[in-house]
Amino acid sequence: MQIYLPIAEVSVNAFLLLGLGGMVGILSGMFGVGGGFLMTPLLFFIGIPPAVAVATEANQIVASSFSGVLAHFRRKTVDLKMGTVLLVGGLTGAALGVVVFNYLKSLGQVDLLVKLCYVVFLGIIGSLMFVESLNAIRKARRADGGAPAKRRQRTWVHALPIKMRFRTSGLYISVIPPLIVGVFVGILSAIMGVGGGFIMVPAMIYLLGMPTKVVVGTSLFQIIFVTAFTTMLHATTNYTVDIVLAVLLLVGGVIGAQIGTRIGVKMKAEQLRVLLALMVLVVCGKLALDLLLQPTELYSLGAAGGH
Amino acid sequence: MLRILLTLLFLLPSFAVAEEVVLGLSKENVAITTSFDGSEILIFGAVKRESPIDQSSPLEVVITVAGPSEPVVVRRKEHVFGIWVNTDAVEVDAAPSFYAVATTGPIDQVLSNTEDLRRKITIDNAIRSVGAPSDITDAESFTEAVIRIKENQGLYQTLEGQVALDQQTLFRTSIDMPADLTEGDYTTRIFLTRNGEIVGDYETSIAVEKVGLERFLFNMSREQPVWYGLMSLAIAIAAGWGASAVFRIFRAG
Repeated sequence: MQIYLPIAEVSVNAFLLLGLGGMVGILSGMFGVGGGFLMTPLLFFIGIPPAVAVATEANQIVASSFSGVLAHFRRKTVDLKMGTVLLVGGLTGAALGVVVFNYLKSLGQVDLLVKLCYVVFLGIIGSLMFVESLNAIRKARRADGGAPAKRRQRTWVHALPIKMRFRTSGLYISVIPPLIVGVFVGILSAIMGVGGGFIMVPAMIYLLGMPTKVVVGTSLFQIIFVTAFTTMLHATTNYTVDIVLAVLLLVGGVIGAQIGTRIGVKMKAEQLRVLLALMVLVVCGKLALDLLLQPTELYSLGAAGGH
Repeated sequence: MLRILLTLLFLLPSFAVAEEVVLGLSKENVAITTSFDGSEILIFGAVKRESPIDQSSPLEVVITVAGPSEPVVVRRKEHVFGIWVNTDAVEVDAAPSFYAVATTGPIDQVLSNTEDLRRKITIDNAIRSVGAPSDITDAESFTEAVIRIKENQGLYQTLEGQVALDQQTLFRTSIDMPADLTEGDYTTRIFLTRNGEIVGDYETSIAVEKVGLERFLFNMSREQPVWYGLMSLAIAIAAGWGASAVFRIFRAG
């Protein structure tokens, strides 16, 4: 069934959009990532104009994260205090990100830099997570259900001032690292058109030392507000939020997220991390190939006046 | 006085064999609805004349349909430090969003180059490109890229020999318009030619516009962007919350 999207001005198959939404929704529920880093490139691929894809994706992430975060609230796996600190950083970062984005646009190389950002960040995080979680699995096997690996080590993170107690996470750390993580994720979400969960989740686990079970709910909590802010920025400045596209994606997405949350609870944290790492690496590889291989069409068309 | 006489002299032959177009369109406007998936437009008509048919040379018909023109930036990728990067860019001043040209025969036979240039009939001439940056020596390849990319998307069509002409009087053709159309007035031109010279022409337009829900959402996003954004968020959150609630009921029941 073909459906004409009023803002994107293209006609696409409605079931394809529902399917894409559902697939990405499952991942979103399982890993606590918004799925934007997968969905945005997929939307480009089916012919949605990039500006519309990025803006609409932000709106769709709000929906899929909302149903996900409700499930986590009931399970009490959201650290509200940590979430709020991350959010303050995130909103600042998103505003900064828009400034950076417009500056890159004036240089005329925004596409390339966005893609390079994807390849670099996905590559580093994917490899780190993959190696770390494989080690964790191996250790767990060798110990054969013995003493759990010691999670918290004292690092430079614990030496910073303005300490705060985060009861849900069982942490007593400075607010500076979570604020910095928030700002960084906010910048990336504005530039790359993603929720930023794929950066935030590893940062929370490895940098802040938060327990894996509260990481997913807390990152979803932060993502909702940052992407809502991004949606409003896009809707009022670029007029690129396509509500029909968003509704189709989110109908698939919210159902997928519920299924994903349930799968995520049943799986071991290490297995989840290996899977997420593999997926991050696949997307990274695909984007890297696009940059390295000679494209079949060397020329591309764009709207004038954008640079 | 002499000038008027000369003008009259030039006009006389065309009066003598005056051939006019009477046109019909299968639809005068294309409505973009939610289920819009492209459209086929049938263009048909007759040649009206007061005098007997001129038998000296065959009559040919050229039909063009052009969507609204807009400036387009064409970028070219080059291999730099191992990756493919956009380097050169040329702005094409006006490229129609859609362009179809249908004829009764091969274009070089039915239309002279002069007439083509003057009336901008073939796709190459319908695109206007001036002022490429001076460091770009092959500006033409950028214009060619626009045509190639748009042809692959079905937005530019050259339909040689696709106009049927009966008894040098009745003609018809059909133009397929793809789903991703830009809104606006699509100028439809019909040229009658003999020996490559234009002997008669006619111009009308087909309105392509969004209707119903499509129209409402598009207008709202432009005129009330804040409300549109808030509405999008509200719908998103309601759907997210709704699905979550439905799942909980399922699990409880």
